[in-house]
Amino acid sequence: MKIARKKKLKENVAKLFMWCAMFVVFGLVISVIWTIFSKGCKAMSWNMVSKLPGGGFYIGKEGGFLNAIVGSLYIVGASTVLGLLVSIPVVFFLNIYLKKGSKLAYLARLAFDVLFGVPSIVYGAFGFTIMIYFGLRTSLLGGIIVITLLIIPIFIRTMDEATRNFPRDILDASFSLGATRWETLKVVLRQIAPGIATATLLSVGRAIGDAASVMFTAGYTDSIPTSLSQPAATLPLAVFFQLSSPIPEVVDRAYAAALVLTIIVLLLSISGRFITNRFSKNKV
Amino acid sequence: MFALTLLAIMLVAAIAIGLYLKSASVIQDKSIWSLLFSSEWRPMKGNFGFLPFIMGTIWVTLLAILLAFPISMLTAIYLTEYSKPVVRKFVFPALDILAALPSVIYGVWGVLVIVPWISQHVAPHFVEFSTGYTVLAAGIVLGVMVIPLLISLFIEIFSSVPVELREASLSLGATRWQTTKKVVLRKTIPGILASTVLAVSRAMGETIAVLMVCGCVIGIPKGLLDACYPIPALIANNYGEMLSMPLYESALMFAALILFAVVLIFNLISRIILYRLEKTEK
Repeated sequence: MKIARKKKLKENVAKLFMWCAMFVVFGLVISVIWTIFSKGCKAMSWNMVSKLPGGGFYIGKEGGFLNAIVGSLYIVGASTVLGLLVSIPVVFFLNIYLKKGSKLAYLARLAFDVLFGVPSIVYGAFGFTIMIYFGLRTSLLGGIIVITLLIIPIFIRTMDEATRNFPRDILDASFSLGATRWETLKVVLRQIAPGIATATLLSVGRAIGDAASVMFTAGYTDSIPTSLSQPAATLPLAVFFQLSSPIPEVVDRAYAAALVLTIIVLLLSISGRFITNRFSKNKV
Repeated sequence: MFALTLLAIMLVAAIAIGLYLKSASVIQDKSIWSLLFSSEWRPMKGNFGFLPFIMGTIWVTLLAILLAFPISMLTAIYLTEYSKPVVRKFVFPALDILAALPSVIYGVWGVLVIVPWISQHVAPHFVEFSTGYTVLAAGIVLGVMVIPLLISLFIEIFSSVPVELREASLSLGATRWQTTKKVVLRKTIPGILASTVLAVSRAMGETIAVLMVCGCVIGIPKGLLDACYPIPALIANNYGEMLSMPLYESALMFAALILFAVVLIFNLISRIILYRLEKTEK
């Protein structure tokens, strides 16, 4: 009897601890989101998101951070397209051309996992050395290149996960009907489309929020870049630089920029989950 | 396609070589030994001792993992062993949000919430005055950032344990907790270790959030309420100045190389263990 009661007690204590841990996790999520929204909403105005920084912007005068929003969109848009162009062929190669258990596929997956773990500041430093080598200054182009390098591993690993569970029977069916590998790719593409979509959303979220790598490579500017060789501002850096200002109006802008960034990231995350839930039902 | 795959693999080598070439001049000038274990940091005089920064990184990372590990472990156990599917429907999106938020947002949160909390409520009990920009603040913020990663890794590992094993244990009269402790956890120790190493390497490289709350005072931290200056923060803070002095630039690239080397080794070890585990299950 005694042992049974002790067992029961231990069970309940363990459960209590787990509940506490879950409570902490929920509390953290709410605390972060609430902090950003409450500060950001107070500071938010239409001018913030629609105007460029005016003269005297950094001493609290007129203006907004449209430069950072547009700069971020340029960099993220371009690097997402480049990233997709590189990763889709690699994922196909790993999963369809190579046989299961191939040494090269193992090595490649390991390499991408390792690249996934490389800190963005190291990407930034590496990109910076390359840019110096080619005589480039901090520019939109530099930012795009580094962010592309940064998100390729995410793209590949996420899509790879989606493709790996892909039933080989479909491949065999397609081949047996006389389709070439290339034609079979189209069949595969239709199957893994949700995987590609999730991977894209994940990468965009990571790309738009990364500050350490663009700090070195894209620089910062008050205007919207008109060519690839000009520096570009980004949202995370707008938050970072303005938050350390002693002037309250400028700090407010940092909060507003943080709010914009958070909303973008949350939308991406929510739609990512929506796509996985919705479209994975139709999968074979 | 083959070329693209190969190119991507070679990127790992390219980063290592690129950073090494850049840092070669400082390594030749001083010895690696003195770079790593001297604590004299005077770039203008050409003294580059990385010990304060290395110690800063170690303090912050260890604290973050110590805080995040129990929370993530308990949450992951609850989600895989106890909870009904309904609970997961609420928790997973919350974890998604935590994982998706950018580093700089955590930095803002740290500056607005954690730093004032430490300087007003925690520090007064121990020291006379603290700005709140401390090892503790950086550790907490970083801990929160690795929680979603740890939970998702743990969940994956726990769900790889066959249901039959749990059923066998339960049918012998063991409680859920006993089953978890003696079957699930015992079976997944290598995976748990590998995941933790992975989280350590992730925490080590985090830059912006840590930079915003760590205080950035050069010196070896002596306690949780000292300011610190981890390696990523050092690189990010000085990228502008370093251009004027080749040796300074080289030293910062050496810092990036240290970071890369450590993260690379940690990642390789833990990934290889995780791959092995994945294979043995099948």
